[in-house]
Amino acid sequence: MIYLDNNATTKVDDRVLEEMLPFLKDEYANPSSMYDFAKKPAAAIKEARAKVRDFLGAANEKEIFFTSCGSESANTAIKGVLNCNKDKRHIITTKVEHPAVLNTYKEFEKNGYEVDYIGVNSQGELDIEEFKSKLRKDTALVSVMYANNETGVIYPVEEIAEYIKSKSPEARFFVDAVQAAGKIPINVKDTKIDLLGISGHKFHAPKGVGVLYAKSDVRFTPLINGGHQERGLRAGTENVPYIVGIGKAAELAQEALKYELSEVKRLRDKLEDGIIKNVFNARLNTGVKNRVPNTTNIGFEYVEGELILLHLSDIGVCASSGSACTSGSLEPSHVLRAMGIPFTALHGSIRLSLSRFTKESEIDYVIEKLPAIMDKLTSISPFQDELEKLRNQR
Amino acid sequence: MWEYSEKVLEHYRHPRNVGKIDDADLIGEAGSLACGDSLKLYLKLDGNVIKDAKFQTFGCGSAVASSSILTEMIIGKTLDEAKKITNKDIADELGGLPQEKMHCSVMGQEALEDALKKYYGENTLEEEIGVSHSGDKIVCTCFNVTENQIWEAIKINNLKTVEEVTNYTKAGGACGRCRGLIKDIIDTYYKKENAVQELTPTQKILKISKVIDQQISPQLQKDGGDIELIDVVGNRVQVKLTGVCSGCKNAAMTLKSFVESVLKDKVDANLEVEQV
Repeated sequence: MIYLDNNATTKVDDRVLEEMLPFLKDEYANPSSMYDFAKKPAAAIKEARAKVRDFLGAANEKEIFFTSCGSESANTAIKGVLNCNKDKRHIITTKVEHPAVLNTYKEFEKNGYEVDYIGVNSQGELDIEEFKSKLRKDTALVSVMYANNETGVIYPVEEIAEYIKSKSPEARFFVDAVQAAGKIPINVKDTKIDLLGISGHKFHAPKGVGVLYAKSDVRFTPLINGGHQERGLRAGTENVPYIVGIGKAAELAQEALKYELSEVKRLRDKLEDGIIKNVFNARLNTGVKNRVPNTTNIGFEYVEGELILLHLSDIGVCASSGSACTSGSLEPSHVLRAMGIPFTALHGSIRLSLSRFTKESEIDYVIEKLPAIMDKLTSISPFQDELEKLRNQR
Repeated sequence: MWEYSEKVLEHYRHPRNVGKIDDADLIGEAGSLACGDSLKLYLKLDGNVIKDAKFQTFGCGSAVASSSILTEMIIGKTLDEAKKITNKDIADELGGLPQEKMHCSVMGQEALEDALKKYYGENTLEEEIGVSHSGDKIVCTCFNVTENQIWEAIKINNLKTVEEVTNYTKAGGACGRCRGLIKDIIDTYYKKENAVQELTPTQKILKISKVIDQQISPQLQKDGGDIELIDVVGNRVQVKLTGVCSGCKNAAMTLKSFVESVLKDKVDANLEVEQV
């Protein structure tokens, strides 16, 4: 099997699992307990927190809160901050956020909040001027993702943070960094970002653990009330093995960053170039330089995405599609639509996302096999004249 | 991941009768590129028998499988036999389709109908397949689905909810603005007892009051709140939330998503609820 869907989830690194195992077996104590048996889990959480602090470049470990997933981190940040600032009822976000964020804002909109959704250009880059024009004195929260999950395009969150603090200093800024963590360096300490969320399973920790970073002067209410855990801001007995896991994964991701930015990027570029060159109806949905190094999004004209995925799966390749048919939602990707990708390629857009475990031979295999698959699939299409035109343009 | 039957897998992997018949006698089309799936069906006749059929499909695995199996189903059939084929027959022949994918089988039926229309003429065919609903205006503008298409899908597949209609026809699957209209079509089809009826103002108030007392109030009481009917002005139902509901930050949500939707469902789809 060739796994090229690392933006969906990743393989757990063996070294992460090793580190977790003792806490799934013998070291099962509740870290809040008073006896010596609880010392190891308590110390392990402390160590994991320090590792994540370093990974995100936070000023201190009190700014790190463990959660159950990226969606919980986002929900805590958004609802928690808005709860603390009820007089202001204006929010700015983007049209291309992840549903975990977007649907949370839709809910606030229903309850009377005013939400501005900033658009992107045809390359998936954020319209910064539009954002600047929307920022107001009564803006409670701005929320922009660090990198887009479908296109990999990186957004200038540091610049946005600076602008917010200079124009509307009371507005809070949340960054959904789920797709950036482990792919590009993050250093919150040097930025004016208030809150930032990540998810472990996107960088080789298991599913079921995330982190919310909140700058020390940021107030927010908990999403889950209860015990004193996470300084009273996220109740529930700590998920020790998974917290240990995300700590280890953060440490390993930090070490692997150089490799991501050079070698993973090289393989991504090879895959991208190879497909565009060898497949006549392939079209790069965005080629901007400022992308995370592992992601490419390619539209195959006049062929539907689910059909491509099924045929890729038949030769052992895992990828994903912004096609409506894969999700059952009937509507194709909101991200690609916001970019204005033409209908001819919109429904046939495929995301391929690599990881540090991707091998060059796997990339070569996909580049070699894809042309034949596409020849077969285009032969079924009713748009033969249009396809012929594409062939002749080559 | 969809749970596709073995037959669907077989047909998307090895579709039968792919291509174009250059001297086709009948050609039928359904769907569009913008909507994410489209099908072109070519028929070659020998008298009134379908001698050959070919297809070209832009669509997902189940769309290709539906088109492919349809060609196998109609080759060798007389036109009279072919016109009796419904989307349900196509789905059954495939060993079933996931609910969300039923619209693929509908696309097959529509392309076949479109082709046969050119043989039988539009009106005759509508009588034959029993489309008795007058008028054919577009209900869902996102996917260009007409009232007749929805009516037919309800009839053939015994659809009861808006969600089912969306699964079978795509109508209402994008912006969602036509969901109210779809509900009206379903209600009209089943001549539902609670469908919009001409009530006198007094009857209307009595009915609203009864629904509030028997169905809405008990629900709110469970959460420690309650509701009081103040007045009904035209279609505006004026209420007051009491108990813990008053001052609750979710009160607006409760009013719209619960109180209003129950009243719309049970009394009149045109009602609007407002708090006074």
